[in-house]
Amino acid sequence: MTGLLSLTTFAPLVGVVLLLAVRAAQSDNAKTDNLAKWIALATTLVTFALSVVLVAQFDAKNPGFQFVEDVAWFAGLHYRMGVDGISVLFVLLTTFLLPICIIAGWKSVEKRVVEYLICFLVLETLVIGVFCALDLILFYLFFEGGLVPMFLIIGIWGGKRRVYAAYKFFLYTLLGSVLMLAAILSMISIAHTSSIPELMTFKFAPWLQTWLWLAFFASFAVKMPMWPVHTWLPDAHVEAPTAGSVILAGILLKMGGYGFLRFSLPMFPNASELFQPLVFALSAIAIVYTSLVAFRQTDIKKLIAYSSVAHMGFVTMGIFSGNAAGEQGAIFQMLSHGLISGALFLCVGVVYDRMHTREIAFYGGLTNRMPWYAAVFMLFTMGNVGLPGTSGFVGEILTMTGTYKASTWTALVAASGVIFSAVYALNLYRRVMFGEIVNPELKDITDLDKREILIFAPLIIGTLVLGVYPNLVFNLTASSVDGLVGAWRAAVGG
Amino acid sequence: MTFAANFSLVLPEVILGLSALVLLVWGAFSGKVSPIFNGAAVLALLGAAVAAVVGPHGHAFNGVYAADAAATYAKVAIYLFSAIAVVLGDRWLAVRGDQKFEFAVLVILSALGMGVTASAGDLISLYIGVELQSLALYVLAAFRRDDAKSSEAGLKYFVLGALSSGLLLYGASLIYGFAGSTRFEVIAAAAHGAHGVGLLFGLVFLLCGLAFKVSAAPFHMWTPDVYEGAPTPVVGFFAAAPKLAAMMMFARVLGDAFPDSVAQWRQILVVTALLSVFVGAFAGLAQSNLKRLWAYSSIANVGYALLGVATGGETGLHSMLLFMTLYMVDVTGFFACLQALSRDGKPMETIEDMAGLVKERPGIAVAMTTFSLSALGLPPFSGFWAKFYVFGAAMGSGDVMLQWAAVLGLVGSVVAAFYYLRLIKTMWFDAPAAGVDKPQPTARAIGFAAALFSFPIVLLALVWLDPAAKAAAAAFGHA
Repeated sequence: MTGLLSLTTFAPLVGVVLLLAVRAAQSDNAKTDNLAKWIALATTLVTFALSVVLVAQFDAKNPGFQFVEDVAWFAGLHYRMGVDGISVLFVLLTTFLLPICIIAGWKSVEKRVVEYLICFLVLETLVIGVFCALDLILFYLFFEGGLVPMFLIIGIWGGKRRVYAAYKFFLYTLLGSVLMLAAILSMISIAHTSSIPELMTFKFAPWLQTWLWLAFFASFAVKMPMWPVHTWLPDAHVEAPTAGSVILAGILLKMGGYGFLRFSLPMFPNASELFQPLVFALSAIAIVYTSLVAFRQTDIKKLIAYSSVAHMGFVTMGIFSGNAAGEQGAIFQMLSHGLISGALFLCVGVVYDRMHTREIAFYGGLTNRMPWYAAVFMLFTMGNVGLPGTSGFVGEILTMTGTYKASTWTALVAASGVIFSAVYALNLYRRVMFGEIVNPELKDITDLDKREILIFAPLIIGTLVLGVYPNLVFNLTASSVDGLVGAWRAAVGG
Repeated sequence: MTFAANFSLVLPEVILGLSALVLLVWGAFSGKVSPIFNGAAVLALLGAAVAAVVGPHGHAFNGVYAADAAATYAKVAIYLFSAIAVVLGDRWLAVRGDQKFEFAVLVILSALGMGVTASAGDLISLYIGVELQSLALYVLAAFRRDDAKSSEAGLKYFVLGALSSGLLLYGASLIYGFAGSTRFEVIAAAAHGAHGVGLLFGLVFLLCGLAFKVSAAPFHMWTPDVYEGAPTPVVGFFAAAPKLAAMMMFARVLGDAFPDSVAQWRQILVVTALLSVFVGAFAGLAQSNLKRLWAYSSIANVGYALLGVATGGETGLHSMLLFMTLYMVDVTGFFACLQALSRDGKPMETIEDMAGLVKERPGIAVAMTTFSLSALGLPPFSGFWAKFYVFGAAMGSGDVMLQWAAVLGLVGSVVAAFYYLRLIKTMWFDAPAAGVDKPQPTARAIGFAAALFSFPIVLLALVWLDPAAKAAAAAFGHA
């Protein structure tokens, strides 16, 4: 069905219009806020339904782009949309997490609720657009546009150092992106097209590939984030409101990995091969170093943020391994991390809403008062560690298998990261959950309420189902990944 | 060519010249400004724009004056923004009980000067246009003669402007000396002759004079002071139409008179452009007054436009024309918003004044956020498309120097991003200070319209702006 992609992408904007109308029409604040929340939730649910239809109609055997829409614009640009096996699941992940984000902020966001919801809906449109755009400039439009709503989300509804974190997030990402813009403009001038499918088969001269690859790398490595340009992430996460962290870790980081898969690998295959050792080295450092840093954190959210950087190390490693196992693992790891890290940030949000602190030392003995919470937190901690049976395991084992074929040493170092992740994650769990309640303020802490259980339920199901039956993902991605790997092998002669 | 045929080519300027005189007499006798008076001024400007569009193309008065697609494009934009300036200026003066009929007359006279420069096919007509435009602008800067800052702005602008006119004239006389003619096409032919180096010597002076007018670094020093002192609507006018006119002078001189010396003037322009970008970006960081801040922002933006001129040729000039058009909308909208705002009757001019504006005046705050993001070059706002064209042209030029200049220019835009973000942060994150007056409705409406153009109208408007600018750019080099 043509138009389904645009419909999915821009459906959240309909919600934005409704929200603006409600705000203009009603003066009673509490009533407006409540109505606004329901409108936003309904919008995200409709969008989710649309994306489910999209995935259901998706032809898994076709390695090319589907649901393609193409309208000529100006200056040779096109409004061109389409999804393949690599991108379609990211659309689903986005629309899946957004209703959860809306519910997560249901009670904890008290000021400027309508603006808050508008930011999230606009962000949803832009993120879906990133995964669907098949024109370089259109992609850049969505990719960069997302900075503004996230800047506002961190800056308005964030914690104490929110302004600093918002600036840091914005400027870091912008610097990476303008270099990518320079590369995009030179690609268009050389290839005389801005169409992504055409550029994927266009052969750039190897020396040029090197420059273009580096420029794209500047943008995606920051977004990912890779060591050593990851330093904006812990600040942004710590200061962002819970739902902001969920969308940041769950979806926005994936735009970096998606970029590598969509641009760096197919368009600059020779440069990707040339820089493979660099990516491997940075990934290995990220996995080990940030795991150790995570271990030393005193703030729960910061710890999970660093663990995200470590897990993204597996993703970059898998992407540049250049074989099907690595790519599949990387995509799977991104999806799984979207669920697990999102859930972990929600877990932090649960106790933060109650106690308004994220200090690990403040907590302890929560199992006594919050058995349900302890069980949920346990499941996602295990997912984070990569316990077999959870989705975290599949991604890690596959990326390591893929990397092992390309570079044994990198896989070896990365494998040690699995142990480190167990160390910091279990240590966190022990300090927050086990023991007796020492802090008197925790005596009356309440367990999960119905709303929170409702948020966690889909994430739990997702994590377990993907952990037990990963083929749900692989069936959809296989043919596109094979095409990607085949093209890469052909280009580098491997 | 008959006199009547020549006359039909300069019809837009004739309309403006006559209406300026009529309005002057009308104003002098009636003594006060009525809505009809301003309506007549606006009509004259719009009429001139229409005349430029429907009028014939060709070269009048033995090539002294070129009426081509480029001139038409620039004139439509210049006259349109001058008309907006008449409305905005009148409203601003009305709030202060200081309406004077000279305002509209001066705007028309400066628009006439700009129209002449946009059509210049000869150094003399170029200079006459520059002077007519500048003299009117000096007076506009000092329009509030009882205000010390406004007078200071006018005087500074005048003294430095006179110096730059001197440089320009000196360069023009050197060129005339070596080429034996002031006509652009003769100069272009002479560049291949024995005195090519002498011509370039003159060109350097000419470019310095023009850089002054367009406020490109290192000739930018007057800009922040003049912007700070001059009345707000006048600043909004300064930053828009005259900048395009000055860019047109660059395009005329370089594209028509020196098209084959690209390799020489490109170096000068690239250095000037990058200096402007970085001066604008770094010096802007230290500003707290919004008018000064936007002065530095305009310096940086002129740098980007100059990069388009430096690229040269059809793509380069095409990108410059689109850049300036999109920039003019932004800057006019921004100053319209600034003019609409006041607190307890006092203008709000510092960044701190804008604290929490989104609570007090959400519409204007969103509009100003749009202009800031657009100036920052963030997609999908119009400022992004402006940069898209300029940097696209530079990257596609095949000249390594230009490509690196484009990369550096993009990096400079990240530095400048900080001060735009600071304004957004102040409006959105900080606690509101009460007491913002009801905004001036006309200025607010113009601000909103500009914001809507910046996004989303621009996405459709470019579909016809792009070919229009392309046709205009193709007209250069046929003097």
